[in-house]
Amino acid sequence: MNIPRYVPVAALSALLAAGLIAPLATGETAPGFWVEVLIGGLMTGVLYSLVALGFVLIFKASGVFNFAQGAMVLFAALAVARLAERMPVWAAVIGAVVIMIALAFAVERLVLRPLVNQDAVALLMATLGITFFLNGFGQSIWGSDIYEINLGIPREPMMVLGNVFEGGVLVNRDDIAAAITAVLLVGALAVFFRRTATGRALRAVADDHQAAQSIGIPLDRIWVIVWSVAGVVAIVGGVIWGGKLGVQFSISQVALKALPVVILGGFESVPGAIVGGLIIGVGEKMAEVFLAPPLIKAFDLAGGGIENWFAYVLALLFLLVRPEGLFGERRIDRV
Amino acid sequence: MLMVNGIEVIYNHVILVLKGVSLDVPEGGIVALLGANGAGKTTTLKAISNLLKAERGEVTKGAIEFRGERVDRLTPNDLVRRGVCQVMEGRHCFAHLTVEENLLTGAFTRRDGRGEISAALDKVYHYFPRLRERRSSQSGYTSGGEQQMTAIGRALMARPSMILLDEPSMGLAPQLVEEIFDIVGELNRNERVSFLLAEQNTMVALRHANYGYILENGRVVMDGEAHDLASNEDVKEFYLGLSTAGRRSFREVKHYRRRKRWLA
Repeated sequence: MNIPRYVPVAALSALLAAGLIAPLATGETAPGFWVEVLIGGLMTGVLYSLVALGFVLIFKASGVFNFAQGAMVLFAALAVARLAERMPVWAAVIGAVVIMIALAFAVERLVLRPLVNQDAVALLMATLGITFFLNGFGQSIWGSDIYEINLGIPREPMMVLGNVFEGGVLVNRDDIAAAITAVLLVGALAVFFRRTATGRALRAVADDHQAAQSIGIPLDRIWVIVWSVAGVVAIVGGVIWGGKLGVQFSISQVALKALPVVILGGFESVPGAIVGGLIIGVGEKMAEVFLAPPLIKAFDLAGGGIENWFAYVLALLFLLVRPEGLFGERRIDRV
Repeated sequence: MLMVNGIEVIYNHVILVLKGVSLDVPEGGIVALLGANGAGKTTTLKAISNLLKAERGEVTKGAIEFRGERVDRLTPNDLVRRGVCQVMEGRHCFAHLTVEENLLTGAFTRRDGRGEISAALDKVYHYFPRLRERRSSQSGYTSGGEQQMTAIGRALMARPSMILLDEPSMGLAPQLVEEIFDIVGELNRNERVSFLLAEQNTMVALRHANYGYILENGRVVMDGEAHDLASNEDVKEFYLGLSTAGRRSFREVKHYRRRKRWLA
């Protein structure tokens, strides 16, 4: 089967556009409500993006599929939440950064270094082990209740666009702060990868471990750097999420949603992780709110639940027609 | 400058690949390491550059010294900092980086500032003008010769005093092989870079090197000045495909072969 590369992208765009416009076009939905759902989807998307970003960073630099990213988000969030009980939030965040960097050192020394040049599967299994260790160890030292992170952002939502839509649109202030933080973080990372010598070395290591070693790039240091960066991204994700919903075990399950996100966006692509996360966040929210009720009515179904599988079906479609994702690197083969 | 003293290399704790290899690269020399497939050329180079560990290989006996210092327990990047850089067999460019980014990664160990690094970049472009034209293409899409040039240029960016060059002729057209070896000669003369080069293409290697070692089954079986080796009857017969009667036609192929003198 030979489908031109642009077809899946065009089809997806068309589908998304149609899905987005449809509820408005039928006139059954109030525009204000529609915008609120959109924003809600985007916010979930930002969180998916942040987890996916951690995946992408580690995959880019070490070819390791880091299953533990979700556990790292939970661990980081727990660290911030519990430290914040004893100190101001900003100090707790700094403390968490120190902890995540220490974790990066430990992972490099105890897991990655002994497994250098092993099969990708061996490393995947190792990160699976790290996942369970972090989940359990996190509970041992931080506890297993639901904790709050209070960032000092007022809770009550703002009313915006009151003059455009009837009734206006309700927006949470912390959502806006989250979006701005995410944008800044991604910008900083993009500059880091494109413009700095270390970033270039990270990309070189991603392409060819041995060649990178042969020109004097120290793999151990590169791995510590990239796991530290992924740790910091995990903190940002954990704080945003924890601040919204409370820090609890379910955070680590988000990792499973990040999987379709990276398949959609491409395993090596930072922008891919962002766009993929937003598409899936908005897509599943829209599908749940606007697609489920008519389906339930038409087929006499028991319930919605589209939100839970939407992402995976989308990822599956992508694996079939464009396995490298939207922005992934095409495999370069010489013939 | 570089002294390898009776090293033994074992892969996976069981496979003995090098059985006591000794060699010597003098300052400013081009030394060729010759031999057939599996003779141990690449293993010798990787033992020197310390890239063996990543392949579960280990130097179990002997010593490697660079400028009088034992280097066989260092990491690859320690060695690059001391001025020894390996260009691996099969080029190993970073496929998704542009040619220029590839070259810049070579300067990773240098701490002497942007100005020096961009001067080094200009120098590489001076020796390989072709790379300047292709500077912004992804190196995965460049030709084999360009990739070889990128790999050598990338090593040059570390400002090495010695380059371990593994099989530069692999998969390249004869004319390009000649061009690459000419540049190796120029770098040796003008930049005072010493070379240890592993080659299967004995003819070309002996023409450009000043000294050669022949490796067979993990042992050095012969060594000597390049022109002496090139005129040795055994080398001619077994490595250059020439016999006393000059180039042999396959129609008159003998069914017995000359016995290798070094096995006696």
